[in-house]
Amino acid sequence: MTAPLLDRTGTAAAARDHAHRDAASDPMLPRPFRVISRHLDTRDTVTLGLEPLDGVPLAFAAGQFTMLLAFGVGEVPISISGDPTGPGPLLHTIRDVGSVTHALVGAVPGTVMGVRGPYGTGWEVRSGRGGDVVVVAGGIGLAPLRPALLELAHERAAYGRVVLLYGARSPEDVLFAEDLARWAARHRITVEVTVDYGPPDWTGRVGLVTDLVPRAGFDPGHALALVCGPEVMMRAVATALVARGVAPERVRLSMERNMQCGVGLCGHCQLRELFLCLDGPVLGYDRLGPLMDIREL
Amino acid sequence: MAGPAILPSRGLQALVDALLARGYRVLGPQVRDGAVVLADLTDIDALPLGVGDEQAPGHYRLREGGAERAFGFAATAQSPKSVLFPPDELLWRGRRTDDGFSVEPASPADDPDHRPVAILGARGCDVAAIAVQDRVLLGREHVDAHYAARRAGAFLVAVTCSDPAGTCFCASVGTGPRPRAGSDLVLTELADPHRYLVEAGTPAGQALLGALDTTPATPDDLAAADELVADATARMGRTMRTDDLPELLNASAESPRWAAIAERCLACTNCTAVCPTCFCTGVQDVGDLTGALDERHRVWDSCFSQPYSYIHGGAVRTWTASRYRQWLTHKLATWTEQFGTSGCVGCGRCITWCPAGIDLTAEVATIRELAEAHDAVAAGAPGGAPTDGGAPTPGGLR
Ligand SMILES: Cc1cc2nc3c(=O)[nH]c(=O)nc-3n(C[C@H](O)[C@H](O)[C@H](O)COP(=O)(O)OP(=O)(O)OC[C@H]3O[C@@H](n4cnc5c(N)ncnc54)[C@H](O)[C@@H]3O)c2cc1C
Ligand code: SF4
Ligand code: SF4
Repeated sequence: MTAPLLDRTGTAAAARDHAHRDAASDPMLPRPFRVISRHLDTRDTVTLGLEPLDGVPLAFAAGQFTMLLAFGVGEVPISISGDPTGPGPLLHTIRDVGSVTHALVGAVPGTVMGVRGPYGTGWEVRSGRGGDVVVVAGGIGLAPLRPALLELAHERAAYGRVVLLYGARSPEDVLFAEDLARWAARHRITVEVTVDYGPPDWTGRVGLVTDLVPRAGFDPGHALALVCGPEVMMRAVATALVARGVAPERVRLSMERNMQCGVGLCGHCQLRELFLCLDGPVLGYDRLGPLMDIREL
Repeated sequence: MAGPAILPSRGLQALVDALLARGYRVLGPQVRDGAVVLADLTDIDALPLGVGDEQAPGHYRLREGGAERAFGFAATAQSPKSVLFPPDELLWRGRRTDDGFSVEPASPADDPDHRPVAILGARGCDVAAIAVQDRVLLGREHVDAHYAARRAGAFLVAVTCSDPAGTCFCASVGTGPRPRAGSDLVLTELADPHRYLVEAGTPAGQALLGALDTTPATPDDLAAADELVADATARMGRTMRTDDLPELLNASAESPRWAAIAERCLACTNCTAVCPTCFCTGVQDVGDLTGALDERHRVWDSCFSQPYSYIHGGAVRTWTASRYRQWLTHKLATWTEQFGTSGCVGCGRCITWCPAGIDLTAEVATIRELAEAHDAVAAGAPGGAPTDGGAPTPGGLR
C-alpha cells in the first residue's frame, strides 16, 4: 500500500520545495501578507487579494492551499483561488462558516494576515493534455478549482473538450459569474450550472450536480476529471464518472479534513495511511474510493 | 570504542555529577504522589531505592522491591515524551503593531534557564519510542523545530529492565528489556555486590564513560547481566504477535470488535497521553484582553476526542468505535506504512492507565480470532463458526 503518490513529482512538489526554503526551519511560523483587495462574491463569500510584506511572491500549483491566520482569532486551511500561470496577488476565496472564516471574510484592505504554505498536492491539470477535461464543483468547491480552470483556459488548445459542471445552493450563491461567462464565451469551456433551489424567475437548471454527469459531453475513455465539493457529493460524482467509464485514477478529488499544521505533524488530517495535507488534498479516486467506502474512517 | 565497564554502586553519583558539570539538567526516576516519575535529580539517594511497582489493566501501585535496587521497577509512569515533546509548547509570540502584527519565533533555547536534558533511567521501550518520535518529527519532509531543539542536545542513560510489570511486552516487539541502540550509555544494575555494568552507545557516551572511575567488566559481570535479561524476559507480563498486524487491522475496519470495545472505552484520552509515541497536537491561541498580544501554543491532542476530527458541519469520527479503531489501526498498522516502524514499543502504559482496563494486546488477539473465524466461514471450512448468528459480520460500526 505504499505506492508512490501523485504529488511526489511535478509542480506541486516544486512549489512546496520553494516554500520550504523560504520558511527557514520552522514550518509553523507565518509570513505576514497584507490584504490589498476584497471582493464580495456572494452574501457569505469573499475573495481576498494578498501581498507579501517581504515582497517575495508565493509560487503555487493549482489545487494547493495555505494556512491563513487571522491574528488573535485562529488559523485555517484555505485553497488558493488565483491564477497559477501569472503574477498577481495571492487570492483566497473564503466562505464565512465559523469564527476564523468570519474574521478572514471581514478583513478590510490593509489588514495583515499570516500565511503559511503553499501546501499539499495540486490538480496536475497538465496530465489531462490531449484529452477531455471534466471539472465538477459543488458550492465553495469551485474556489480550489478556479486555478485549474484558469490553467485550462490559458492553454486551451492543448486540451479536447472542457466541461465545467457546477452546483450551487441558489442562483445568489453562484461564484465567479464573470469567469463562468468568460470561460464559456472565450475559451470554449462548456459551463453547466445547476442550483438546489431556484426562484420563479430562474430559467436555469435545478437539481443535483451529480445528475449532470451522465449527459455531459466528454469522452470518458480519454478524460481527466477534477472534483471538489462536500464529501457526499464527491463520492456520488466519482461513482457516476466511473460508471461512465472514466478510470478511477483519472478522477481526482480534493479532500477536506481538520488541519492544524498543514505539514504532516499534527496528525488530524489522517485518512488511514494518508496525511491529507501532504499526500493530498488532491488524490485519485483509485486511492480514495476504498477508504471513503468505510464509514468514519 | 572501549568495552563494557563496571561502575561501583556509589559511582552512579559521579555519573550524575559529571552530567551536571557538563551543563545538563539531569532527570531521573523518583517517587511522587504514589508513582515513579521523572524529576530533576542531583543526588542519587533520591532514586526509588527498594521500590517496585505493580501494574495491571487499569491498575498501578507501588510495592516493596528488591532492597538494593535503585531501578527495581518498570518504566516510569509518564515517559520521556513529556520532557522532549512537552504537552504545551510555545511556538511563537505575536504583537499587534500600527500596520499589522509582528511574529517573534519562540524556542525552548530562549529560556535563560534552558539546559539540554540528560535522562537517567530511560527503559528499552523509552529509547525505542524516542527513536520513533525522531523518525516522525525529524525524519520527514517538515521538521518539528521545537522537538528538534529539545532533542538535539539530549543525553540518554538507559537502564536495562530487571523487573518488568504485568502490562509490559517489550520482548514481543523487540525493544527490550535490554535497551537497543539509541542511548548514549546503557546501565545494567547488578547485585552482590551492587554495581552497574556500563556500555557506551555513542561517542558522547564513550567520552563520559572515560571520565568515570570504572574497571573493565569481567565475563562474570556480562553473564550476570545476560541472566538478568533472560529472567526479565521470562517474567514479561504480556505478549503481542506483530507479524500480521498491518494486514490484519486494515482488513478488520468493519470488525464487530470495535463496537464492543466502544462499550467500555470512555474516550478519556489517557492512553494517548501516556503513550510515548503518540504525537498528535493542536494549536491554541492565548491572547491578552486587549488583543494586542497573541501567543500560539502547540498542545497535545488526541484522536479520542470528538473535536479532533471536526470540520465545518460536524466531526468525521462521531463514534467512540471509530476513534478507537483510528488509534489502534494507526498505532499498529498504518504507522508502519507511514514511517517504516510500528507505533507501539510495548511499554504497556496505555493498558495500565486506561480507567476501563482496555488491553490492546488482548484486543488485537480478539480481532485476530474474529477475522480468522470470519475467513473460515467465508471459505466454508468445516469447523468454522456457523453462518447464522455467532459469526462476525462486516459492518460492526453500523
Ligand atoms: C485543504 C482545504 C482547503 C480548503 N479550502 C477552502 C476554501 O478555499 N475556501 C473556504 O471557504 N474554505 C476552505 N476550506 C474549509 C475551511 O478550512 C473551513 O471552513 C474552516 O476551517 C472553518 O473554520 P472556522 O473557524 O471558520 O469554523 P468553525 O466551525 O468555527 O471551526 C472551528 C475550528 O475547527 C477547525 N475546522 C472547522 N472546519 C474545518 C475544515 N473544513 N477544515 C479544517 N479545519 C476545520 C478549524 O481549526 C476551525 O478553526 C478548506 C479546507 C481544507 C482542509
Ligand atoms: S500503544 Fe500502549 S503499549 Fe504501545 S507504546 Fe503506546 S502506550 Fe506503550
Ligand atoms: S482506551 Fe482507555 S485510556 Fe484510551 S480513551 Fe478509551 S478509556 Fe481512555
